[in-house]
Amino acid sequence: MADVNILEKDLEHKTNYDGHHDDHHGDKYQSSFIDRYIFSQDHKTIAKQFLITGMIWAIIGAAMSIIFRLQLGFPGADMSWLQPLLGGWIQIDPVTGVGKLDPEFYYALVTMHGTIIVFFVLTAGLSGTFSNLLIPLQCGARDMASPMLNMLSYWFFFLAGAVLFISLFLNTGPFSGGWTGYPPLSGLPQASDGSKAGATLWILSLVFFVVSVLLGGINYITTVINMRTKGMHMFRMPLTIWAFLVTAILALLSFPVLASGFFMLTFDRVLGTSFFLNEIFVAGEALTTRVGGSAILFQHLFWFLGHPEVYIIILPSMGLVSEVLSVQCRKPIFGYKAMVFSILAIGLLSFLVWAHHMYMTGMNPFIANIFVIFTLIIAVPSAVKVFNWIATIWGGNVRLNSACLFSIGFVSMFISGGLTGVHLGNAAIDIQQHDTYFVVAHFHIVMGVAAFFGMFAGIYHWFPRMYGRFMNETLGKIHFWGTLVGAYMIFGPMHYLGMAGVPRRYYSFEGFESFNQFADLNEFITIAAILTFFCQILFVINFFYSIYKGRKQTELNPWGASTIEWTAPINAGHGNWEGDIPHVHRWPYDYGRHGRDFIPQTEPLSEGEVDGGH
Amino acid sequence: MGFTIGAICAILFTVFIVQVAKARELASIVRNDSAEQDEINKFQAGLGLVFLVSFMAICVWSFVHYIPTSMGWGPNIAASEHGPDVDYLFNLTLFFIFIVFVLTHIALFWFPWKFRGVQGKVGLYWAHNELLEIVWMVVPAVVMTFLVIGGLQAWNNIMLDFPEDEGYTSVAFPNEDSEKEFIEIEATGSQFLWYLRYPGRDGKLGTKYFTQINSNNQLGQTWTDEKNMDDFLVNEIVLPVNKPVRVRITARDVLHNFYIRDMRVKMDAVPGMPTYFIFTPTVTTDSMRRRLSNEPEWQVPDKNDDSKQRWETYKYELACAELCGKGHYSMKNIVTIVEEDEYLDWFDKQEGGKLNESVDSVTGNKTYVFEKGSVKSKYFSYFNTVTDEFNPLQEKTEPLEKIVENKLRVGLCMKSMKDWRNSSEEGTDDYVQAEEAMAKLKPLLKSARLYTVDQVDESYDNVKKSLLIVEAAMAQIQNTDSSDATLTIEKESEVENNEEVGK
Repeated sequence: MADVNILEKDLEHKTNYDGHHDDHHGDKYQSSFIDRYIFSQDHKTIAKQFLITGMIWAIIGAAMSIIFRLQLGFPGADMSWLQPLLGGWIQIDPVTGVGKLDPEFYYALVTMHGTIIVFFVLTAGLSGTFSNLLIPLQCGARDMASPMLNMLSYWFFFLAGAVLFISLFLNTGPFSGGWTGYPPLSGLPQASDGSKAGATLWILSLVFFVVSVLLGGINYITTVINMRTKGMHMFRMPLTIWAFLVTAILALLSFPVLASGFFMLTFDRVLGTSFFLNEIFVAGEALTTRVGGSAILFQHLFWFLGHPEVYIIILPSMGLVSEVLSVQCRKPIFGYKAMVFSILAIGLLSFLVWAHHMYMTGMNPFIANIFVIFTLIIAVPSAVKVFNWIATIWGGNVRLNSACLFSIGFVSMFISGGLTGVHLGNAAIDIQQHDTYFVVAHFHIVMGVAAFFGMFAGIYHWFPRMYGRFMNETLGKIHFWGTLVGAYMIFGPMHYLGMAGVPRRYYSFEGFESFNQFADLNEFITIAAILTFFCQILFVINFFYSIYKGRKQTELNPWGASTIEWTAPINAGHGNWEGDIPHVHRWPYDYGRHGRDFIPQTEPLSEGEVDGGH
Repeated sequence: MGFTIGAICAILFTVFIVQVAKARELASIVRNDSAEQDEINKFQAGLGLVFLVSFMAICVWSFVHYIPTSMGWGPNIAASEHGPDVDYLFNLTLFFIFIVFVLTHIALFWFPWKFRGVQGKVGLYWAHNELLEIVWMVVPAVVMTFLVIGGLQAWNNIMLDFPEDEGYTSVAFPNEDSEKEFIEIEATGSQFLWYLRYPGRDGKLGTKYFTQINSNNQLGQTWTDEKNMDDFLVNEIVLPVNKPVRVRITARDVLHNFYIRDMRVKMDAVPGMPTYFIFTPTVTTDSMRRRLSNEPEWQVPDKNDDSKQRWETYKYELACAELCGKGHYSMKNIVTIVEEDEYLDWFDKQEGGKLNESVDSVTGNKTYVFEKGSVKSKYFSYFNTVTDEFNPLQEKTEPLEKIVENKLRVGLCMKSMKDWRNSSEEGTDDYVQAEEAMAKLKPLLKSARLYTVDQVDESYDNVKKSLLIVEAAMAQIQNTDSSDATLTIEKESEVENNEEVGK
């Protein structure tokens, strides 16, 4: 295991011994191709690995949503052209030749879409990328506390992905019981095809994923607590680091609960226990020995992770956006301490609201009282954050590049999606709205699209830090406007479906008079989804093209940011800084102070000057 | 073919966009104009304003456009007693959040325009303002408190179960003046259909256990429980308007969710853990159709039946709202809300049993022979195969059949009176007498409909006596032409007698 002290000594030695530096400067562990690019222990490389893997999964997950959107938008349309890709999942009518999506596979697609986007893209792809990239760079550390665990974190994530990918090719299909995987459906192989081998691999994959998150999380926390550079006390950390720290703590506390739920589920599936089963008659057989469990128990375990999970997803985006907005608006983030305390408050409250997903699940309805109160309390720190972001723009000198636009888009999405949460958090309203498209619209906007916007803002902003080049701004702006308008076109109309009571997870609405009134709206949503997907393709092209051919970064600090990640050399090698790690003397948001555009964190306070964070 | 052309066009379009973007970047590098970013800022901020205006306009327009299907508006007003509370809270919240939504969005897109970057300018060093921060912390907190209190009051009212120890009881048909009586039905989710069970005459659902399930007993009812004697399964939920209903919700295999959109009713069905939802339907299916008939979008021919308009075929629907497998989207049953009389008629039909008419070929007299079937025939067949040593419910089923027979006979009498009335001219003596007779028969019929086996002990004799008199009257009807005035008057007086005895 690479020890940082050794590394630092090694580095000094090397600097003395040859004056120039190259790309993999100072790392004796990165001599071969495999050590440098595959089993790399450099946090920057691992960040890129997380990002690119996340992007691949994002494309797969989004493509799946396009397929099931086709089913919803154009029910009855001939899907036989998808047969080369989906094979037997398209059932072709022997008489008419019309291909139909198999309902079982529809539910498998929905399940995989949720699992992939929530866990692989917005947890690993987002938090994994930026925690890895920014924690050492912004805290002033040569690498993570344990680069080895960090590497393992990525490879467990990779393994999780591989297992889930394999499950797509099973004869009985991938898991199809929804991303929440509620038993008994997920616990009984005889209840559905997807609950056979597909569910086993799904559980296995997510257990690997939990391992990955824990390895990463413990590393992030240790690094933030122990390895900040001199002068970087807690209230001098950028909000990104605060967000990553709280995210990692949430993950560390909540993911093991999910794992325990999965272990019990596996015991139910394999060993014949009945943690979650009780009085079940399925497939023509009464399971007489499987009594005494509670299906609700799994939901408690799941959502005890599941709710913190949505903050695990959104907090890193909040951190990234706070930082990007401040830098690109040339203004200190408004209410730094309020921002920090609202992150902490959200983190704490996120553990006290899980059962608001369960108002209508048969949980004792009077327990809901407590969860309604805590849920709506979360609106307060969230509102504080929103107002602070908006106040950050006020009086700025706003540089509207792609990163800044995506930050503004993030705030817009977070407002639009967050506000409908006020409906859903209120149990009485949830009677009607639970499991309708209103919920779909709400969580897609607030934790799906918003988190993606934060991620895009981060990618456009820190792309030079990762690759020493810039992404194409024109494509970035097309990407932004296309995604902003497209996302609202997809999820805006879903509110109206929800207000009419249309339930989610329906393969077809044709059997129901009340739900089948929106054929045109569903078609519109599907077309909007395809267009938005196309905009993301532009982003992917832009991303990979810019890695090799993008405009080169010439200045060390292209955005004029005061944080210390920009003091490290372009394309820095393992160890980040060549000489000593810079020391920090002030908070990270001295923009416009004393009439200067910005004052870097490394600049000592002048006499009598008070640090801005206090 | 079309797909290939589309794909090629998309690829060419992508290449075009990418090339343009590359060219613009190169041009910018070549120009090396440091003021270029100012122009970009202005353009992008302007786009932001355009987006702001169109976004807000589309939000308002689309809301107005979708009012006819939105909860609490137009025809989608809740059809249950608690429903309007839910709708009101939803729309109240919508009102508050819409204000916040508009104000924050105006700020969010107007500020970047107002403070768009200009080269050489320095941003304002404005890091915090305690007063401002306290204000925007307190205002949401106050609004939330307001919404939480309203929401929790509604929630606890809606979800409160009927307390068993305070005299609340489930009956076949709740009395007008009793506030503690309610109807209890049961819905059992199964892959992929609902089993809907009514408690029958006693108003009590019998026990069931999953190990008893077989092809003849889909719910696993335990046949040693006498409450099961009169339970019946239906394919359509029919309920009387304005009577409280407690739905007992259970599941056989996996999770399901009992969801009736128009009633604002939703609750998971959990295997091994019965849940419940209590609601009072307030709008009959017919009134709902009348309501819809005013809406232009419902005044179009029905898809399945051209002879009718869409509103004429509207039905409340029971759906499943918790993913339960590949047939999740198909778990539909019709829910019909009817007036009291219609409900009791429907209930009679479900209860089964019938009077078979036989005509004496010599005298022409009609007699009616009761055919059993008021309880599950399977139930009987089961006990017929069991030796007499174990037949605990034998004593109970006989009186049950008896009171069903009574009811049918009274009902037959009522029907004859109705026929008589209908065949008479309005205003004639016949007509008036028939009306009077019907008025007197009505309470008797109602009590005959709602007697339970438990009540038989105290009132069985009365019923029996009244039955004899009714049957005598019946015999007379059979022997005469219904338009024969003299005989029907005699019969009329007898009906009066039996009425007294019945009480």
